[in-house]
Amino acid sequence: MIAVIRVSAAFLRLFYQSVYLALGQIWTNKTRSVLTTIGIVIGVASVTAVIAALTGLKAKVLTQVESFGTNTIFILPTRPDKGSMRHASWWTIRFLPEHFDDMLEHCPSVERFSRIAGIGRHTAHYREKSAENVEVTGIEAAYHEIQSRPVVLGRTFSVIDDMQVRPVCLIDPKLRDELRLDRDCIGQSIRIGHYAFRIVGVIERQPELQFGESGQEHYEVFIPFKTTFKMGRPWIAAFAASKGTEVTEEAQAEIRFFLRRTRNIRPGEPDTFRIESVKRFMETFNSIALMVTLVAGGIVGISLLVGGVGIMNIMLVSVSERTREIGLRKAVGAKKSAILTQFLIEAVVLCFIGGLVGVGIGQCLTLVISGINPVLELTYIPAWAILLSFGFAGSVGIFFGMFPAIKAARLDPIEALRHE
Amino acid sequence: MTLKMQTMADKTEKLIIRLQNVIKIYKVGVERIHALDGISLELWENEYVAVMGPSGSGKSTLMNVLGCLDQATSGYYELDGQDTTKMSDAALARIRNERIGFVFQTFELLGRLSALKNVEMPLIYSRNGWWSRRKRAKNVLERVGLEDRIKHRPNQLSGGEKQRVAIARALVCNPSILLADEPTGNLDSKTSEGILKLFDQLHQEGQTIVIVTHEEHVARHAKRIIRMRDGLIHSDLPRDQDPAYKKVMQNVVREELE
Repeated sequence: MIAVIRVSAAFLRLFYQSVYLALGQIWTNKTRSVLTTIGIVIGVASVTAVIAALTGLKAKVLTQVESFGTNTIFILPTRPDKGSMRHASWWTIRFLPEHFDDMLEHCPSVERFSRIAGIGRHTAHYREKSAENVEVTGIEAAYHEIQSRPVVLGRTFSVIDDMQVRPVCLIDPKLRDELRLDRDCIGQSIRIGHYAFRIVGVIERQPELQFGESGQEHYEVFIPFKTTFKMGRPWIAAFAASKGTEVTEEAQAEIRFFLRRTRNIRPGEPDTFRIESVKRFMETFNSIALMVTLVAGGIVGISLLVGGVGIMNIMLVSVSERTREIGLRKAVGAKKSAILTQFLIEAVVLCFIGGLVGVGIGQCLTLVISGINPVLELTYIPAWAILLSFGFAGSVGIFFGMFPAIKAARLDPIEALRHE
Repeated sequence: MTLKMQTMADKTEKLIIRLQNVIKIYKVGVERIHALDGISLELWENEYVAVMGPSGSGKSTLMNVLGCLDQATSGYYELDGQDTTKMSDAALARIRNERIGFVFQTFELLGRLSALKNVEMPLIYSRNGWWSRRKRAKNVLERVGLEDRIKHRPNQLSGGEKQRVAIARALVCNPSILLADEPTGNLDSKTSEGILKLFDQLHQEGQTIVIVTHEEHVARHAKRIIRMRDGLIHSDLPRDQDPAYKKVMQNVVREELE
C-alpha cells in the first residue's frame, strides 16, 4: 500500500516536473514552436472541417429525406437482368392502373398509397406568358400526405374530380409567379399543350436539393390521376406509406407479393418492378457518407503524419542543440525517465497546442463553408471529431516524440557536457 | 601517515568518501586506457581538498567517479556510508541530486533562464524540493552574495557572477560534497580570488569541498593537496607539508624579507 502511494507520488512528481519543463521550453522557443505545429494545425483543421462538412451534408440530406417520411415506399417498373422479360420493351413492363386495385386490402402493413402518372414535361401558357419545363403528373389523394406536400391554397382533388376526369390542376407557386397569375389564382385557367386546366389549388413547392437540377428552372403541375389518360399514355408508378418505419420491410414484401400476382409473374421469374424505400436509401446514403468520411480521414491522417515528422525533426534538432543542457540536467540529478518524459511531453504538448489551434481554425472554416453553400448550412463539428483530432494529435506527439526523447534520455552526462 | 594521525585524532568527524583500489579503464578502439589505476582515498567531513595533476593524469576521471557521473570498472566506492558500486542509473541520479554539487569550468548555466531559475533547477528533480524551490534558491543566492542579481540572465552577469550562480546551484540541495572542476579556469585572476574566497567561506561554514585544478595558487586555498600522475595518487599531503606549497611559501617569505 505504502509502496503504491510512493510509486504514484513519484509518477505524479515526474509528470508535473515534465509538464513544467516542457511548457517552459515551448514558451522560450515561441517562433520555432509555432512553425513546428503548423503541420499539426493544418491536419487537425482539415480533419475537423471535412468531418463538419460531411456531417452538415448528411444532416441536410437526412432532414429532407425525413420530410418525405421514412416509411415512404416508391414502386416503379424495371427490366430484370435475367429471365424471359430481360429483353422486354419498357412498354410491356409498364404498370397499368389496375395492377394496384385493392392493394390496401391485400397489404396490411401499407397505410396508404397513391398511383402517380407521369406524362413528361410540357409548356404551360397563360395569356401571353409561357413557361417551359413544366412537369405534369397525375396523382391521387394520398399523394399529399405521403410526400408531405400539402395544398397551401385552395383545395385538393375531390373524388368527383377524378371520377369525372375533370380538367383541374394544382400548381406550384413558382409557376404561378412565372406565368403572372394572381396571387390567389384559384379559378384561373392555364393551357398545357392543347388542354386547358382550371386551377383549384396551390401545392407546396418541393424542397430544393440544389445539387442535381442543373440550373434550369423546372415547375410542377398536378392533375387528377385519371385525367392524365386524356392527355396521352402516362408512365405509371406509385408511392406508398407503411404503417410505421419498423414495418416498412414487411410492407415492401407484401407489395411485392401482391404485384407479382397482379402482374402475372410466374414463380421463378424475376420481378419486373422495383420497390424502393426511403429507409433503404438512408442506409445507402449513410454507408456512402461513412466511406467518404473514412477516405477523407485517411487523406487528412497522412497530413497529420507529415506534421508528426516535422515534430520529430524539430525535436531531434532540439535534442542535439541542447545536448550540454541534458548533460547538466543529468549531472544535477535528472533521471533518464525525467529527461524522457520532458522531451516526450514537449512533443505531445506541441501537438496538443497544434490540435487546439487546428480545431479553432477548423471551426472558422466550418463557418465559412456553411456561409458559402446553403446545402451545408447545417454544418457543425461533432464532439467526437474534436476528440478524434485531439487523440490523433496526441498519438502523433507520442509516436514521433518517442525517438528523440529516447535519444535524449540515453545521452551520457560526461559526453554530453563535453559536447560543443 | 600524518593524515592518518590527524584523522585518528579527530574521530568525531564523519567519513564522507571511501575509495578502495578504484580502477577505471576506457576502451578506445582496441586500446585499453587505465584512467584510474587503483586509487584508494578517504575524505572526511569539512575537508577542503585540491586534486592536482597534469592533463591525462586521471584527475577528471576521478572527479567523474567521485561525482557518480561514471562508475568504476572495479574497486569500491562508498559515499555517505552507501556503496555506490552496484547502484542503478536512477539511484546514482538521486545521489547526484541529493549529495553532490558540481561546479564546472564553463559554468553550464542555461542562458534562457534567470539566475534564480538556474539555481532552482536541481530542486525540480529532487524528491521534496519542488514546493520550496524558490525560497531555497533565493537563500542560497544570498549566501553567495547575489541577492541583487536574482532576475538577471547569465548574459547580463559577469564571469565571476556566473560562477557564483553555478556555485549556488551546486549548493541548493545541501550536498555532502562540493565538486569543482577548474572553477577559476575561465576567470581572470582578480575574479578568481573572489571565487576562491567564497570557497574558503563555504569551507568555514562546514562544506566539504574537492577542487580539481592545475593552478598552484588555486590549490593553495585547500587544506589538503592530492597530486595525481598516470592514474595513481602521487602524493596526498596536508597543504603545509606539500613540497610545492612549501617552496612557494618560502619564496613569498623571501620576497617579503627582501
